[in-house]
Amino acid sequence: MVDFAQPENAFKPGLPGAAEPACRVVPKYSDQGEREGDWLEISMGPQHPSTHGVFRMDLVLEGETVIRLKPVFGYLHRNHEKIAEQTTYLSSMPYTDRLDYFCSMTNNWAYALAVEKLAGLQVPERAEYIRIITAELTRLQNHACLMGFLMQDLGAMGTPLMYAFREREKILDLFEALSGARMMCNYMRFGGCRIDLPPGWLEQTRRLVADFPRFLDEFEALLTGNEIVMARLQGVGALSRELAINAGISGPMLRASGVNYDIRKVDQYGIYNRFEFRVPLGAHGDCYDRFMLRLLEMRESLRILEPALKDIPSGPIIDARAKLRNFKPRPGEAYGRIEAPKGELGFYLVSDGSANPYRYRVRPPSLINLTILEDLCLGQKVADVVIILGSVDIVLGEVDR
Amino acid sequence: METLPQLKTRLAAAFPKARLEIVPNGSPGNPDSLWVDAASGLKVAGFLKNDAALQLDFLSNVTGLDWLDKTVTEKVRVKREFKGQEIEVDEILEKIVPGYLEVVYHFYSTPLRHGPLVLRMRTENRTDRTHLPSLVPLYRSAEFQEREIYDLYGVIFDGHPDLRRLLMWEGFADHPMRKDYCEPDDYEYEPTPHGALLEKARRHYPREAAHG
Amino acid sequence: MPGFGIIKGLKETARNFFGSYHDPGRFVTIQYPEEKREHHENYRSFPFLVYDGDPVKGLRCVSCKICEKECPPQCIYIVPEQDGSGKLLKFPRIFDIDVSVCMGCQICVEVCPFDSIKMDQEFEVSTADRFGGLILNRSKLAKSNEYYHQIRPAEATAVDAQLAAERERQQAKAAAAKSPAPAAAATREKKP
Repeated sequence: MVDFAQPENAFKPGLPGAAEPACRVVPKYSDQGEREGDWLEISMGPQHPSTHGVFRMDLVLEGETVIRLKPVFGYLHRNHEKIAEQTTYLSSMPYTDRLDYFCSMTNNWAYALAVEKLAGLQVPERAEYIRIITAELTRLQNHACLMGFLMQDLGAMGTPLMYAFREREKILDLFEALSGARMMCNYMRFGGCRIDLPPGWLEQTRRLVADFPRFLDEFEALLTGNEIVMARLQGVGALSRELAINAGISGPMLRASGVNYDIRKVDQYGIYNRFEFRVPLGAHGDCYDRFMLRLLEMRESLRILEPALKDIPSGPIIDARAKLRNFKPRPGEAYGRIEAPKGELGFYLVSDGSANPYRYRVRPPSLINLTILEDLCLGQKVADVVIILGSVDIVLGEVDR
Repeated sequence: METLPQLKTRLAAAFPKARLEIVPNGSPGNPDSLWVDAASGLKVAGFLKNDAALQLDFLSNVTGLDWLDKTVTEKVRVKREFKGQEIEVDEILEKIVPGYLEVVYHFYSTPLRHGPLVLRMRTENRTDRTHLPSLVPLYRSAEFQEREIYDLYGVIFDGHPDLRRLLMWEGFADHPMRKDYCEPDDYEYEPTPHGALLEKARRHYPREAAHG
Repeated sequence: MPGFGIIKGLKETARNFFGSYHDPGRFVTIQYPEEKREHHENYRSFPFLVYDGDPVKGLRCVSCKICEKECPPQCIYIVPEQDGSGKLLKFPRIFDIDVSVCMGCQICVEVCPFDSIKMDQEFEVSTADRFGGLILNRSKLAKSNEYYHQIRPAEATAVDAQLAAERERQQAKAAAAKSPAPAAAATREKKP
């Protein structure tokens, strides 16, 4: 085993952006001091098609086996939290869209939830329904895309991803009709939503929800029984239940390891307690479980969407006490969290009574889910690193903030 | 879950040396938090994790906070000699309350599904005594979040296995999330046609800014 | 049987391939520059200023600077007009929006108390000229109320009705203030 305490073998994280070779050969010596061979230190990323953004992993390989992996962050860091501390509460809302840019609706919701807790605002019934509908649609498109990307990482170039994007396109069209933008929705407001549903929107959404199982069946027929997919995913990157809890893993990854912890069930924020849905759990915690769990979660999302679209009441969409300008909550602090598609997305706000938050903290599920990346990858082949990272489901806008 | 005062009594019995205090939350409906001194922080966190009634095994969120030095004015009655006789006068004293860095932990329990329990730890000051115990030996989830707080606030976590900067690059000197952080004059930005940014841009990028 | 899953998957891709020739549900691609998608009424790109009648004098903007203050990326720049004595008039002399900074979040529209700034639907604005082409000044931003009706008929009609109601209320208030005015003026004159 290599002694990384020795200075010549010490792990040296490079400067982001510094010109350095993408790989380096580290000589390997036996206990007797004879040279046995070489390790290869590879800088995988930041510009790499499989890292889902500008993310870098410094790998040390023995042959093709990973013996060391260190993630390097910060290439997309823009100090979101500092920006939010310097602007008003409302002005941070469009910035939350850019955290996890696949799921702007859930980001909006998490932030709105934290501010509502801080200021004691009540959300009207109709707005709660709209929030659940948009959040579950977001979950559908996020999980569909994730599976497409995962297949892309496996080498199934294009086909599954294009099928997923075809469905995502329909959901984004709905978001555009609702909020005016496809990805940067900026739709929710403290105490409700910005505008009411446009005419015909519910009908369109009902049609989409009715059609969606066809896509899921198609996807399942295409992938889940595929022998190559099973060979590549099963038994790769297994995460134990204890480690998952200890490392703060959340979302589908935690549940794939068999922990029954879904914040929609635990906190019952919004009106999730009115809907019946099951929480799928994995048995092995490997990549295949994480993949299948997302497929099952999409089916459960549809089970929430159907009654929500049927029962949505009419009425106001925003709390009458909520105001846009001169919004100054009382001094205090609040932590609001939701089950975002990637995991537990939380916002911790500290108010000092002024128009700007004193502290604005995002608990990024993508970053914290990467804590165990090294544990999952050690001893695996380098090609599996790509799959494991893909199954974690990260978005760099949220990791680096 | 038991209330915070109950928990505080239990903790005080278990750790007689620990200094515990309940920090009230001004926002109604949101939980108060428990302030524990740095020396017994790790022990208290271990208690929270292993206690059968609490089982707070899920450390969800770790937040850094920066509180600046505050000047507090205080009116005091003092005795002074005035023309041979002693009189009492009011005097206004200005006192500087030293600021500190604070780290806030949000704990949840996955088996019992309760939470959050909010725990806070404070450093002695903001400059040289910014040490806090790391919770990584108990909770792996603190690993990246503590690195981030070290990076952005400058809190040094003793016992952290790999305390490096997370988001800023190695060699970056300051801690950008501190309240008194001044951004360097020549940081990278695009010149805009108006205002203070343009003035800065003129100094650093005379040619590009001239087009505006 | 090994390989069966792959065959099942291939059947699915084949169905999709042939379906893409005759199933309208699968015709999702459009040939962009020739064909264009129809945008929904809510679609938004960048802000513009609404005027009634005259493009300069008819601007609804009173240069209150609320949007400048609330704009998250700080891309709005307003200087109010002054009259000869230096008194600020309720009219913008300079109103610039840097659309290379603007993120189209619509917060300026929401906070505007005078319904003077609205979101456009023009999206083909790419240009090679950073400062000349992407900083929209007052004359480039000003667009008529008719244009607003054209792009967002429902919303514009609601805004018009609201503005008309507001105007009526103001007039009624002014009329109510006018009738006891002579008495008020008389009392004021008596004061030293």
